[in-house]
Amino acid sequence: MHEMALTASLVELIEIESQKQSFSRVLVVRLDIGALGGVDPEAIRFCFEASARRGILDSARLEIRIIPGKGWCVDCAKPVEVFDRFDACPECGGCNVRATGGDDIRIRDLEVE
Amino acid sequence: MCIVCGCGTSSVEEKSALGMQHDHHHSHGVVHAHNDGHAQGHDHFHQVEHGNNANVASVASIDFGTGAAGLSISGVSEARLIRMERDVRSRNDEHARRNRSRLAETGTLALNLLSSPGSGKTSLLVRTIYALKDRFSISVIEGDQRTSNDADRIRATGAPAVQINTGKGCHLDAHMVEHGISRLNLENGGILFIENVGNLVCPASFDLGEESKIVVLSVTEGEDKPLKYPEAFAAAELLLLNKADLLPHLDFDVGLCLANALKINPDLQTLVVSAKTGEGLPAFHAWLEGRSARAASAQSRPAKAEK
Repeated sequence: MHEMALTASLVELIEIESQKQSFSRVLVVRLDIGALGGVDPEAIRFCFEASARRGILDSARLEIRIIPGKGWCVDCAKPVEVFDRFDACPECGGCNVRATGGDDIRIRDLEVE
Repeated sequence: MCIVCGCGTSSVEEKSALGMQHDHHHSHGVVHAHNDGHAQGHDHFHQVEHGNNANVASVASIDFGTGAAGLSISGVSEARLIRMERDVRSRNDEHARRNRSRLAETGTLALNLLSSPGSGKTSLLVRTIYALKDRFSISVIEGDQRTSNDADRIRATGAPAVQINTGKGCHLDAHMVEHGISRLNLENGGILFIENVGNLVCPASFDLGEESKIVVLSVTEGEDKPLKYPEAFAAAELLLLNKADLLPHLDFDVGLCLANALKINPDLQTLVVSAKTGEGLPAFHAWLEGRSARAASAQSRPAKAEK
């Protein structure tokens, strides 16, 4: 359940931001989760409900967007989008795809007041 | 609880006042929502999940007229959009960067060992320390939820060990390891093993500042573990397939297991070993010598620019 640690990190980044940017309430948190990051969006949502419902995030809505993973198809010799480490190349159907990115979890922006 | 990494009730054995500071680096602007080109667009691949509030019907447009206040008046408190573009792991990664430069200063080769519980990580380390301790200064950071059993086993070899208890935590993070490193006297050209919490899932996601990750799998676990838990195998540079001495008693297919691992990570190096009999360990120790020499020579070169 590393999602709990990630959620705690998420809350802390937002709390620090609230001091810097002087806001007292967060309406929306928009989060981008890379498809290859080993992070379960539903687990993040669960942890957010379980641990972030206080202070500035008390009534915040969490919006999660899944960002496709980046891969390199060795056979096609070009970059492709993948959603799983097992995914075949969407172009040629081959399995010779190396994951090259799309594994981060990022706070895109906040709607605050 | 450390709020930097959310590491719950983690504790480092032999507590002392460290006066650790967490640096805060941020740079992002405030953008008012109605001026912001927030039209990232709903491309076909996006799975945007909306909550139950209707005031933001689409991330492509934000209309203050439908906000809680129902209108927007200049100078009056109203919703605004703050761009963050911050990786949630960025706090961990700041600590990892510090660990990495600290390790580079002493030319220390740091290796992060991942595996499920009971695969034989500590036994492999004990055997390796006995084999190499005359040639290398070896230190160990042990991660477990509870007890100092593993650190005690390491210390019995004469090597220094720091036990980190994560409490409820399922993995080590870079901040815990920073505390661990601060308690060790790293010698030039030495090796630091970081034995992560026994867990084939979560530890794969956290950079600790190590040179590379080693995944340990034992032959009692099943050939399809790399397919079931791909993240650890994708992140690792070396796979040690342990408990080879048990193979005569099992139906385990070594070739199939290694093929599965290579399906996940075609660049993975693999060794079949036994911590009990020592089978295959000379190859692992040769690998360590090569990697250690590289780490030590990197130290003598001018420091690389840190991003």
